[in-house]
Amino acid sequence: MGQGWNRALSALTLTGALALAACGPGGGSAAKPNTTYQETLIQQLIDAKPGDVITIPAGVYAIDRGLSLDIDGVTIKGAGMDKTILTFKGQAAGAEGLLVNASNFTIEDLAIEDAKGDALKVNEGENIVIRRVRTEWTGGPKTSNGAYGIYPVQVRNLLIEESVAIGASDAGIYVGQSDNVVVRRNRAEFNVAGIEIENTRNADVYDNLATNNTGGILVFNMPNLKVSGFATRIFRNRVEGNNTKNFGRKGSAVASVPAGTGVIINSNDQVEIFDNDIGGNDTSNVIISSYYSTGYMNQKGVEANFDAYPEAIFVHDNRFTPGGAKPDGLDLQALRVALFGVTGRLPDVLWDGYVDVKKFKGGKVDPALAVCVDNGAAQTLNADGPHKNKSPALAGESVRCRLAPLPAISVAAAGPVPAERKVPAPVKP
Amino acid sequence: MKRLALLLITLTLAACSPRALEPRFIADGAPESLADWGMVGVRDGRLTLAEGVTPYELNTPLFTDYAGKLRTVWMPKGQAANSTPDVAFDFPVGTVVTKTFFYPKGPDGSVTPGDDLGLSETGEGLDLSKIRLIETRILVRRAAGWAAFPYVWNEDQTKATLKRIGQPISLTLKRPGRSDAFIYQVPNVNQCAGCHATDHAAKALLPIGLKSRHLDREVTVAGARFNQLDRLVQIGYLRGLQTTGRVRAPDWRDETASLDGRARAWLDINCGHCHSPKGPADTSGLYLDAATPMGPSLGLCKPPVAAGQGTGGFVHGIEPGRPDQSILIFRTGSTDPGAMMPELGRSLFHDEGLDLLRRWIAAMPPGCR
Repeated sequence: MGQGWNRALSALTLTGALALAACGPGGGSAAKPNTTYQETLIQQLIDAKPGDVITIPAGVYAIDRGLSLDIDGVTIKGAGMDKTILTFKGQAAGAEGLLVNASNFTIEDLAIEDAKGDALKVNEGENIVIRRVRTEWTGGPKTSNGAYGIYPVQVRNLLIEESVAIGASDAGIYVGQSDNVVVRRNRAEFNVAGIEIENTRNADVYDNLATNNTGGILVFNMPNLKVSGFATRIFRNRVEGNNTKNFGRKGSAVASVPAGTGVIINSNDQVEIFDNDIGGNDTSNVIISSYYSTGYMNQKGVEANFDAYPEAIFVHDNRFTPGGAKPDGLDLQALRVALFGVTGRLPDVLWDGYVDVKKFKGGKVDPALAVCVDNGAAQTLNADGPHKNKSPALAGESVRCRLAPLPAISVAAAGPVPAERKVPAPVKP
Repeated sequence: MKRLALLLITLTLAACSPRALEPRFIADGAPESLADWGMVGVRDGRLTLAEGVTPYELNTPLFTDYAGKLRTVWMPKGQAANSTPDVAFDFPVGTVVTKTFFYPKGPDGSVTPGDDLGLSETGEGLDLSKIRLIETRILVRRAAGWAAFPYVWNEDQTKATLKRIGQPISLTLKRPGRSDAFIYQVPNVNQCAGCHATDHAAKALLPIGLKSRHLDREVTVAGARFNQLDRLVQIGYLRGLQTTGRVRAPDWRDETASLDGRARAWLDINCGHCHSPKGPADTSGLYLDAATPMGPSLGLCKPPVAAGQGTGGFVHGIEPGRPDQSILIFRTGSTDPGAMMPELGRSLFHDEGLDLLRRWIAAMPPGCR
């Protein structure tokens, strides 16, 4: 795996170098970043007026402090995510590479490398477009890497497309506490979480490639926040081989994600997972779980009304290739061997089995809130979390049910879901 | 000969000695020089305040790399602010607030902590033979709202020039038994909003310290002792001051105040402008402003939301009874830009504040269950 990473990295570096060499004198080189341009850029960000397009030419620019923008209606545009590179390797101040607090904001065609904290954070705003942006920690997956690559939070009407996120010590692409979101055609690799949708409502996540992360695509709800999330569709993605050892810092939410996770739902509701190619994830291709299983639940510090149960989860019509051969951690390994033998695999769907008895109807789970897996021969293992994993067992037909499909999300900048599926290719060695 | 040279210099200085300071409100534009405002200026080797430019201090101030701060407020003739109990006073258009960041000079070009200097030492201006000026920030109330301008003092300490893009300044801070080289960061104009846009949705800048609870304090200036709020009323700068039932923020250094009150005052002024239900850090669900009661929102046993590597490997904001397993202590004690809190405005950490927070957390009964 380590070798795979090295190969992927050198391939990337090579591509970058070729692209730079091709773009001529303006292109700069990785060896000699431009150190004077940052003052021009900071000035432009301060002086920006609504409607302005800030163009950053091809080149490698060293930035030693956090950049910020708070004017609405501004576009930041580079010459390409391998041509215009802002490198924060020597960053001495600022918790982000670029921090934006503005609406009607578009950023496209550039890269943010090696930010000390988050690479690109958009905190509050409407109509946000992040397109062909690469955020990367170039030294490979490390706990000391910045937390988030592309990090919009508390935004409305968001499109993230054709972007690349590599090496985040938390999530490569993280959409938090937002509403009306499209995340498509992105590539997330070597992050702890590839793509994470958290406390967010109405999100479509499609045509993405999530590979070589610890967990590919996450849909989470966290406690103590003003809004809880629901209504996320995960479809037409490739979620393969997310087996990178968890390098998240202990205590962070994603540190609880087992390596080898394809798609994971935690405490979120109304999630539809369909028409994806999911495979080769060594713990499980799909995990459906509750905050109770994260180890973070406690009496004093988690608001009493937090709904920790994943409800109305619908997994159907995905193309699974085998996973679950080498689950992360002794407990899951023991579970695998006990139930499926030394050479056996955990099934495609792993569910911790938590259900909210307070919401039962007629002594049973309300069918509208059920966990439904109707995916051909794919099996679901109920790990029996509520009874300390005393009687884990295949759920069999008990989870075969269907829920009403969720409606498509409409974000003006995205338009309708195109008929043609366009998933980025993995970087080949 | 030497004497003559000295005399000549003195004469020259006298000849081009600037005229008296005349405070003025500048309604628009971004004045290039601090002198344009006429609030503070160097006269006879001292940073001097113009008439009507009134110095003030806070019960508990924000920590900025041990810099001393001389704060002033000025209003055009006949204008006054309306007092409000909880939020920043409602200031009239034309109000100009200044904050000058300075350090006492140490040996060999170093500086020493100035944060313990109060109005009794600074209220009549600063002696530049002993003090190094770093920057003066202007916060001005214009018709469209508050605007912020950072001015950086030159090496000769004769003038301060607008630096809208901010500026890193290399300094060495000497304290007994230790010496720390660090980069003092003058913020850029956008970063001013990082703290002063306390309502992140509205995005409007607001003063932070100019609130009743921070200003309600007895101070000594030029040998006279008075309450700052009463003085503001007396000089006609403040109307409608509550005379009873005022809530006073504790002084974090006041050993006679409760540990809880002092720690909460420190958190409120250092963190509460972002970590409040309306601030930019509301995304974390962690509220450290004075109004938030003890509980998960204040960090008690709270798992982090999006701290990333900023957890420091710990699982709760405040681990009661165990300060050194609390994310709050890890982040306020960090100088790594990816983990430190506050995110802006410091390159060093505040030993004494950290010590206070540690004692506060250590005194909490342990356990989260």
